[in-house]
Amino acid sequence: MHKSVVIIGGGPAGLAAAIGAYEAGVEANDIIIIEREKELGGVLNQCVHTGFGLTYFGEELSGGEYASRFIEKIEEYGIPYVTDATVLSVSKSKVIKFVSPQLGYTKVKAEAVVLAMGCRERSRGTLNIAGTRPSGIFSAGSAQRFVNIDGYLPGKRVVILGSGDIGLIMARRLTLEGAKVLRVCEVKSHVSGSARNVEQCLNDFDIPLYLNSTVTKIVGEERVTGVVVSKVDENFKPIKGTGELVRCDTLVLSIGLIPENELTTEAGIKLDKKTNGAVVDQYFQTSLPGVFACGNVLHVHDIVDYVTSESINVGKACAGYVKGLLRPNKTKIPFEISEGVKYVVPQTFNFDPKKIDIILKRFVVYFRVSKDYEKARITITSNGEELLSLIKNNIHSSQMHSVILTKKMAQVIQKNKNAKISVTEEA
Amino acid sequence: MFYDVVIIGAGISGTMCAYKLSKYKLKIAVVEAGIDVAAGSTRANSAIIHAGYDAKEGTLKAKLNVKGCEMMQELTETLGVHYKNCGSLVVGFDDYDREQIEILKKRGEINGVKGLRILDKRELHKMEPNVSPSAVCALFAPSAGIVCPYDLAFALSENSVTNGAKFYFNFKVSSIEKTDNGYAVSDGNETVTGKYVISAAGLYCDEIAKMVGDPLPFDIIPRRGEYMLLDKAEGKTTQRTLFVTPNEKGKGILVTPTADGNIIVGPNANVVDEKSDTSVTIEGLEEISEGARRLVPNINLDAMITSFAGVRSTPSTRDFYIQESEKCKNFIHVAGIESPGLASSPAIGDYVVDILKKSGLKLEEKTDYIPTRSKEGNFKLFYDMTDKERKIAIEKNPLYAKVVCRCENITEGDVVNAIHRPIPAYTSDMVKRRTRSGMGRCQGGFCNTKVAEIIARELGIPVDQVQKFGKNSNILCGKTK
Repeated sequence: MHKSVVIIGGGPAGLAAAIGAYEAGVEANDIIIIEREKELGGVLNQCVHTGFGLTYFGEELSGGEYASRFIEKIEEYGIPYVTDATVLSVSKSKVIKFVSPQLGYTKVKAEAVVLAMGCRERSRGTLNIAGTRPSGIFSAGSAQRFVNIDGYLPGKRVVILGSGDIGLIMARRLTLEGAKVLRVCEVKSHVSGSARNVEQCLNDFDIPLYLNSTVTKIVGEERVTGVVVSKVDENFKPIKGTGELVRCDTLVLSIGLIPENELTTEAGIKLDKKTNGAVVDQYFQTSLPGVFACGNVLHVHDIVDYVTSESINVGKACAGYVKGLLRPNKTKIPFEISEGVKYVVPQTFNFDPKKIDIILKRFVVYFRVSKDYEKARITITSNGEELLSLIKNNIHSSQMHSVILTKKMAQVIQKNKNAKISVTEEA
Repeated sequence: MFYDVVIIGAGISGTMCAYKLSKYKLKIAVVEAGIDVAAGSTRANSAIIHAGYDAKEGTLKAKLNVKGCEMMQELTETLGVHYKNCGSLVVGFDDYDREQIEILKKRGEINGVKGLRILDKRELHKMEPNVSPSAVCALFAPSAGIVCPYDLAFALSENSVTNGAKFYFNFKVSSIEKTDNGYAVSDGNETVTGKYVISAAGLYCDEIAKMVGDPLPFDIIPRRGEYMLLDKAEGKTTQRTLFVTPNEKGKGILVTPTADGNIIVGPNANVVDEKSDTSVTIEGLEEISEGARRLVPNINLDAMITSFAGVRSTPSTRDFYIQESEKCKNFIHVAGIESPGLASSPAIGDYVVDILKKSGLKLEEKTDYIPTRSKEGNFKLFYDMTDKERKIAIEKNPLYAKVVCRCENITEGDVVNAIHRPIPAYTSDMVKRRTRSGMGRCQGGFCNTKVAEIIARELGIPVDQVQKFGKNSNILCGKTK
């Protein structure tokens, strides 16, 4: 099989990338989406709650509804896809091996590849939690799948560790299904999820939130019978003597997401240790020419709307690559970050001075900060020359932020071969 | 049914005895307290095939270790078990260590270990660049290796079943009675009778020995060892097993690749009250982290995907005790099998067969013996197959094209196969140990729902009846509203 654009992953990122590529002129039949689940849509399919689409569509949709808007477009455009299909490897020459009951063992040679594999949840094993290894410990996503897809209740008396949005949403979901959610524990001094979810998922159901606390031990031989919750100090270390046994039969973990970059690593693509995703240029092209990345496999997003807009652009960039408009430039300009910035995507620039706006009219820069700012000044400079400077209120470390680079700024960056983003406290 | 041999315990020693005896025209039973093979010390240990320089010269341990290590390659090839002859290094940091390493080398040579060599600093770091820069020398043992211990026990038991042995699970022996022609072994509900009894009950050998009226002349001390397992992405941290120089406290904390490509660090050694206490402790994890960093300062312990613990049965005499009871004829003790029990196991099996032979058991080889795990072969997993084998497997059974566990590339074909193998898997942990589904970096986050559904479908039970490992370990608590 030979395809112009092979998209690995049929979640929100992959769907948007396919649409972007098609709308930028790639023939539908020259595209294929490879999806490992039974249906397109990714994790959105198990999100029965609403809140999706407020930014992108200006409407409040459920996960399934949000996904179906894109799936319908895929059908309308006639873009081929294969489900129940797992990619085993991506080679440096862009040969993708995958298996599926429909097509068997398949090799496809691609001109451009979009990595859109999403992320996985951190598991119990990555934490130093003492105790036994009984049944009744779930990641929030797998608890959600059991409830929303399979129709089963993971447990009846539940402690949730982690106050990310998935944890908060599962607190409400499990309560609605008749489980008693005893508490949500958060190791930090503030909630990781949105204020809206704290209100609608915890406060509305009288579910207590314990900040500065974590689970330090799991008790139970066969099924979980309890967990020990301890207070933590400012370095998140449990304080001795503060342990409290909470009797429960289930522990749900919502302790973070990790981009799934095993295929990326095996293809020899350079990763950014800060994002755990690929290092990309302004077209979201990785260190392997013609291989692009978008969505949560690149960096973990807060809301799917941003995944969509990012991935549509990546689809367009793919189309540009296939048409030969996007020539790999040997010199990559690093996008430096100042102290207050946790990471920035893209990490490099690689503009073609003559064709800067052929593919994209403007370039979006995504970043996270390493601490909370009440009022912050965000600046982008190139060799000391200020390209952008703006003040934003309430810049939180738990949120993703973005700024826009214009064609003019891009030209300066290309000329100076230098760029830096900084965030500073504004009085 | 009256058996020729009844084996108590389906750990590595018990299954090895069953395997060795299955070659002969004998009726064999294995009774096991757990729900599966490898339910005790065999499940959680360092998985090292030690070369044989540790055990004091002249001990039974020394003799069986060197012999067992030599047999491992061929055995694992026959049975399709992951094994790698990776070699090991005992790393020295100072003059004291150097002296100890000299002693180990001499001891190893007396024990019959081949190829032992002392490396200087330069050669050591050339071989393993990640070893601490403050290391000054090392004892290199090229014959050492790594194996998947529970898969070895599965292979041995599956081969035994294929050749006619019968396994009784959930059979916790509560009494052993002497009968006219042998022994009656009972768990209170069911009784299994046989002419010979082999006690390979690991941590519980002392209790079994008391039941038959021949208490062991030493104590079995349960010592727990904690471990951390690192992501396969860290698999290149070391190619060989790295030990620190042993001292009076034991072999110390090691860093080693596993036969499946992960890195494992551990164990510590703490005496526990309960033989079944396999919980982990924060202090323990800190202790092994520190030990691992001593050997490999830049080891990426943040890549831990799980931690676990195993309990080993340390005999107070520190040697294996394998012999026919002096008081009870035809009753064989296989006790005090601590490290290097796994490495010694093939030789332990032969040693026991020899004891039985001397004791009068007639050994006549079967003519229809099947050397593999089943008539069809060794249940190769999809991820172990070559491209060509994968294509053929998918053509025969499309379920092999459906990946269930994305981290380890385990297919539905592998899972269904595990559920119907000679010793069937019916819990998610049983499937996990046979297929590696859920053993990767997401630790079952994605595949646990799928595996539960497949088990339910294959066994014809509701999904909420599927258990993690038996008893009250149900994964789910009923249907949603």
